[in-house]
Amino acid sequence: MFENVGEILLLFWRTLLALPQTWRQRHKVMDQFFEIGNASLLMVCVLSFFIGAVIALQTGPILVERSLASAVGGVVGVAIAKELAPVMMAILIAGRIGSAMAAEIGSMRVYQEIDALRTMNINPIHYLVLPRILAIAVALPMLVVFAVLIGWFGGAMVADLNHRMDIPFRVFFSNLQDIVELKDVANGVFKSFCFALIVGTVSCHQGLTTIGGPRGIGRSVTKAVVNSIVLIVIFDYILTRFLLK
Amino acid sequence: MNDANHNFAGGVGLLVRGLRKSFDGQEVLRGIDFAVRPGEVFVIMGPSGSGKSVLLKHLIGLEEPDAGEILINGDPITTPEIAAKYRMALVFQSGALLNSLTVGENVGLYLTEHRLKTPEEIETIVAEKLADVGLKDALHKMPGELSGGMKKRVAIARALVIEPQLILYDEPTSELDPVSAVIIGSEILDLKRRIGVTSLVVSHDRDLAFGVADRIAVMAEGRILTIGTPAEVRNFNDPQVQEFLHAEFKREN
Repeated sequence: MFENVGEILLLFWRTLLALPQTWRQRHKVMDQFFEIGNASLLMVCVLSFFIGAVIALQTGPILVERSLASAVGGVVGVAIAKELAPVMMAILIAGRIGSAMAAEIGSMRVYQEIDALRTMNINPIHYLVLPRILAIAVALPMLVVFAVLIGWFGGAMVADLNHRMDIPFRVFFSNLQDIVELKDVANGVFKSFCFALIVGTVSCHQGLTTIGGPRGIGRSVTKAVVNSIVLIVIFDYILTRFLLK
Repeated sequence: MNDANHNFAGGVGLLVRGLRKSFDGQEVLRGIDFAVRPGEVFVIMGPSGSGKSVLLKHLIGLEEPDAGEILINGDPITTPEIAAKYRMALVFQSGALLNSLTVGENVGLYLTEHRLKTPEEIETIVAEKLADVGLKDALHKMPGELSGGMKKRVAIARALVIEPQLILYDEPTSELDPVSAVIIGSEILDLKRRIGVTSLVVSHDRDLAFGVADRIAVMAEGRILTIGTPAEVRNFNDPQVQEFLHAEFKREN
């Protein structure tokens, strides 16, 4: 993975240089955006609901036993907003969307469709990479906001229904409101934006460098997902350190 | 060289001088020299692995040579700006249609992306070019619904939209049945007659080569063995050329 970091950065830089083409490519950006939403919204709902539920289930009874019931809403709220929603959604998107991007661009490369674009003087970065990276950079933060709300709801539901906690909805959200600040949600959204750039760039790079037929496409898809996840975890630490200051 | 620089009937002259290319230390092109006259159909024949497709990629700018030069109408193709001066199109072996687009969108892609015409004009041009290759009913089909021969004809229609001065064909009849191969061959000749485009065809199909070529070059192991009219090549006294031209399957008994 690390031997390709230079190439990935170069692709990212070239995509930045292609930003003035955004208006021209707006229809493709919208197509990609709706495709990402369509492919992931249901999974985002299910995943974030159960993440919230399980965090409440794991932390709630311990806090209640220590007479800290008023902290349950805050703990679940902060954990989801700052860490779990951005990281888990980014991993989900890497698996669901990054893999599809690598496979689609990889197959276009193997079957000479990208060469065909070049012969028509159509820049593959403008035509293929820019719309995908922009769409994912807009879609993932939006999905994360959605995931945060659903995750909180999941946590509140478990806190209310679980007899070891019995924390009413209203109390859970009032505690959450006391502890979670808008800045916490904004941090999570900012992180997810950075993760989206990682997933988009790594997946497009893998697609563009695919060689060797169908087997090569399979290899590219695996590498796109694995490399994205590794980079998400590394950057999660770096960003968290930076945002904690 | 002089006739390669002389432009007539819409086509361009092409001159290739001392072209060399290696991949991982293995020399694939070992000093290629030839000239294509404007408006002629020039066929490069040779066995698989002789470097024909690599040569084609150099001509369209998909590969850069290690040494040598390519001149179109006397201009060396060294920068994308100079290359952009001339309209060239490559018909890929597989057709290389974009699978996510309809046939119509594929054919009009160049015009749409470069915003050269209004959507209505593009629609008209696309319909016209598809009619030219006998596929006007395929407008809304997806590439996956087409046969190999139809894909190649759509690829030719896509090339025609550029109004090319030079069309390069990479193995245009590979994987095609004899009837479809004849249709493609006729298409190449028809384009020469109608718009005078210069055509460079890379193929190992002997029937196609001798059927459409004004001149033929035979290539082997990264070198050109001979260039001449079909009759000259047929009579060229070289064991490698003769072996390639006359190789056929013989059944015992």
